[in-house]
Amino acid sequence: MLATSSTAFWYTTRATGIVALILLTATMVLGILTAGRAKSRAWPAFAQAELHKRISIMAMVFVTIHVLTSVLDTYVHLGWLSIVVPFSSPYQPLWTGLGTVAVDLMIAVAVSSALRQRISPRTWRGIHWLAYGSWPVAMAHSLGEGTDASKLWMDAIAAVSVLAVAGALAWRIADHTRAKDEALRVGATTRAVPPRGAPPVGRQVPTPSGRPPARNASSPRVVTTSTRLLEKDRP
Amino acid sequence: MSAMALDTADRLLRRPAGITGPLDLATHLSVHGPLSVPHRDDRSQRTELLHAVARSGLLGRGGAGFPSAVKWDAVERTGRRPLLVVNAMEGEPASAKDRVLLTYAPHLMLDGAEVAAAVIGAGEVVVCIADDNHGAAASVETALAERFRAMRSRRRITIERPPARYVAGEESALVNWIDTRRSLPSLRIDKSVPLTVGRRPVLVHNAETLSQLALIARHGPDWFRTAGTSDAPGTTLVTVSGAVRHPGVVEVELGTPVQDILARTGSDAGLAAVLVGGYGGAWLGPDQLMTPYAPGSLAAAGATHGVGILIALPTVSCGIAETARIARYMAGQSAGQCGPCVYGLPAIADDLELLGAGRADRGLPDRLTRRLGEVDGRGACRHPDGVVRLVRSALTVFADDARAHAAGHVCRGHAAATVLALPLRRPTPVRPS
Amino acid sequence: MTPPRQRVSIRVRVDPVACDAYGFCAEILPERVRLDEWGYPIVDGTPISGELMELATRAAAECPRRAVLLERVVPAAR
Repeated sequence: MLATSSTAFWYTTRATGIVALILLTATMVLGILTAGRAKSRAWPAFAQAELHKRISIMAMVFVTIHVLTSVLDTYVHLGWLSIVVPFSSPYQPLWTGLGTVAVDLMIAVAVSSALRQRISPRTWRGIHWLAYGSWPVAMAHSLGEGTDASKLWMDAIAAVSVLAVAGALAWRIADHTRAKDEALRVGATTRAVPPRGAPPVGRQVPTPSGRPPARNASSPRVVTTSTRLLEKDRP
Repeated sequence: MSAMALDTADRLLRRPAGITGPLDLATHLSVHGPLSVPHRDDRSQRTELLHAVARSGLLGRGGAGFPSAVKWDAVERTGRRPLLVVNAMEGEPASAKDRVLLTYAPHLMLDGAEVAAAVIGAGEVVVCIADDNHGAAASVETALAERFRAMRSRRRITIERPPARYVAGEESALVNWIDTRRSLPSLRIDKSVPLTVGRRPVLVHNAETLSQLALIARHGPDWFRTAGTSDAPGTTLVTVSGAVRHPGVVEVELGTPVQDILARTGSDAGLAAVLVGGYGGAWLGPDQLMTPYAPGSLAAAGATHGVGILIALPTVSCGIAETARIARYMAGQSAGQCGPCVYGLPAIADDLELLGAGRADRGLPDRLTRRLGEVDGRGACRHPDGVVRLVRSALTVFADDARAHAAGHVCRGHAAATVLALPLRRPTPVRPS
Repeated sequence: MTPPRQRVSIRVRVDPVACDAYGFCAEILPERVRLDEWGYPIVDGTPISGELMELATRAAAECPRRAVLLERVVPAAR
C-alpha cells in the first residue's frame, strides 16, 4: 500500500492507533500488577487501580477517534458495519477484522465496568478477563494492518509493548505459583488430619459402628454470593 | 452429693428395662405417653403451645443456647410458609448425644419436629444427618416408615445427608447446603432475619432441642421446669470422655456440678483439667469443677455450655499438647472462606505445637496473644472464635505449664497418648514463623 | 457541638467471605482499617463522621470484591 496519501484522516487514524496501542499496553501492565498485588507505600494499590481505569478510558477515546477517522477516510473503504462486525470489511478483511474484534471486546469490558455496581462481582470479573484477549488481538491488528508496521520506530514500540506485558505476566505467574506453594504448605500441615473418628458413646449403648467416614464433599475456595444483609450506604 | 445418689434424670433416655435397641413406635408411646399434634388450622392450640414453650424457658441444645420461642417469633413474622430443619449433624467429634438420641429414641425427635412444624406452620421437615452417620440415618428411616404406616405424619419429612465436616452443622452452612449443596457459612449480621431456602424462611433446631420439646408438649412447661434451675430449666445430654471409666452419654439436670457428672461416669481422682462444651469451648481447672453445668454459671467461669461435652484430662497428659492437637484439627476444618481463619488458625496451631514441644522462640508468647486477638471475631461464622476461646482458656488453666514450655522444658505428657476423640497422627514439624 | 441525642451512626464493616486481601481499604481509610500479617483488614468499628465519610464511601466503591460495607447502626430502643 502506498503510504503517500495526505488526507488528515489518514494521518490521524495512524497516529491515534499507535497512541491507543501504547495506552492499552499501559492499561494491561497496570491491571496485571494490581491483580498480582504489586504495591508499596509509595505505590499504593488503589492508586494503581485508579490509574488503570483512567488510562483505559483515555485508550478508549483514542480508539474511538482511530475507528471513526479510518471509516471516514475515503482512500480505503471500510464501511460503518466493520466497526462492530468482524471480517466484514472489503479492505484487508483479516487485519481490520482483528481490530474489530479488539473493539468488540473493549466495548464489553467498558460497558460492564460502567455497570459494575449493578452486576454481580463474578459476572464483572468474567467479562473483564476478555481484556486478556483484546490486547494481543489489538497488537496483531496494528502489526498486520498498520502501514507503518515495517518502520523501525514502530517495531520498537511493538517490541517494548510485548516485553512489558510479557514481563508483567511472567512476574504474575511466578508470584502466583509462590503464593500457591505457601497456601499448600499451610494446607499440608493443617489438612493432614483426617475427618473425625468414632466418638465414645453411652454406657449400655454399644459404640455405633459405621463404615469409614465418607469422602468430604470438600468446600470449594470459590466465594459464594454471600447474603447481603446490609445496604451500602451512600450519603 | 455422691454420684450414686444423683437422680437419674432420665427423660430423653428413658426406656423400659432390658431393651437395648431403638424404641419402636408402640414402646415409645408406652414410655412417654400419647401426643396430640395441633392441626394446622387450630390457631388456638398452636398459640397455646407457643406460650407453653416460652414459659418452659427451653434453650437450644445445639450450642448457641438461643431461646427457642424467640426463634419461632422471627420465622412467624415473615408470613411465609417456613421449612423446619432438624440439625442432627453433630459436627463436634467429642459429642455423641444426637447420634444416641436418633439411634435409640428417634420417635421423640420426630414428635418434637411435628410439634414445632405445626406451631410455625411448616409444611415440610428436613432431618439432616451427617453422611458418615449411617446408624442414625437407618434408625430414623425405620421410624419414619413406622409412622407412615400408623398414619401419624401430617407433613413431609425427609432425610438429607450433608458432608461430615465440623462447620457443616453450623446453622447458615447447613441451610446453604440444603439450598446450594455447598456447606459454606455465610456472614450473618442481623440474626433476627431468618435464613432462607429460596424464599421460604428456615427454622433450624437441634435434634435434642426438639426431643425436649416433644416432652414439653406432653407434660407441660411446669413439669419441664421441675428439673434444672430457674434460668436453665430441664435436662441436658452430656457426652463424657477422656479419663473416665465409663465414657458415654448421660442425661443430667442443668445445673449439676461438673464434678458430679464426671463422678457418675467414674472419673479418676485428681484431674488436670476438664474440657467443656466442645473443641470450640474452654478448659476448666481442677479448682473449678464445682461449677454447675448450666449456660450462666459456665459463662461466668469463662467456659460455655456448648453441645454438652466433658473431656477429662488426666494429670499424665499435657494440656498444651492436647490443645495444640485440637487447634490443628480445627484449622483443618475451616470452610476456607475467610483469610483470618484460613491463615490465622494454622498459625496459632503452629505456635501451640512449638510451645508444646519446648521449641518456642522468644517472641512466641506475645505473637500468640496478638494472633488470638486478631483472629477473634473476624470470620463469617464463630469457628475461629471458638478456637480463640479454647486456646485462651488453655493459656490460663495451664499457665504454669505454658511458662515452663516457653522456657524450653518438655513435659512427659507431651508424649502421652491423646484422650481426644480424634485419630490424629503426630503433628508434622513446623518452622517457627 | 451537636447536642447528645439518639442518632444513627455509620461504621465500616468487611464481609470476610468476599474479601480477597487486596488492601485498597487500608490504603484509602487507614483511620479505620489496618492489615493483619496476612493482608486481611482489621476494622475499627468506631463510627464514621464528616470527612471520613467520603473516604469510607470511596473505600467501599473501590474494593474489587465489594467486600467493604457501610453499616447503619441504629441504637437499640431501651
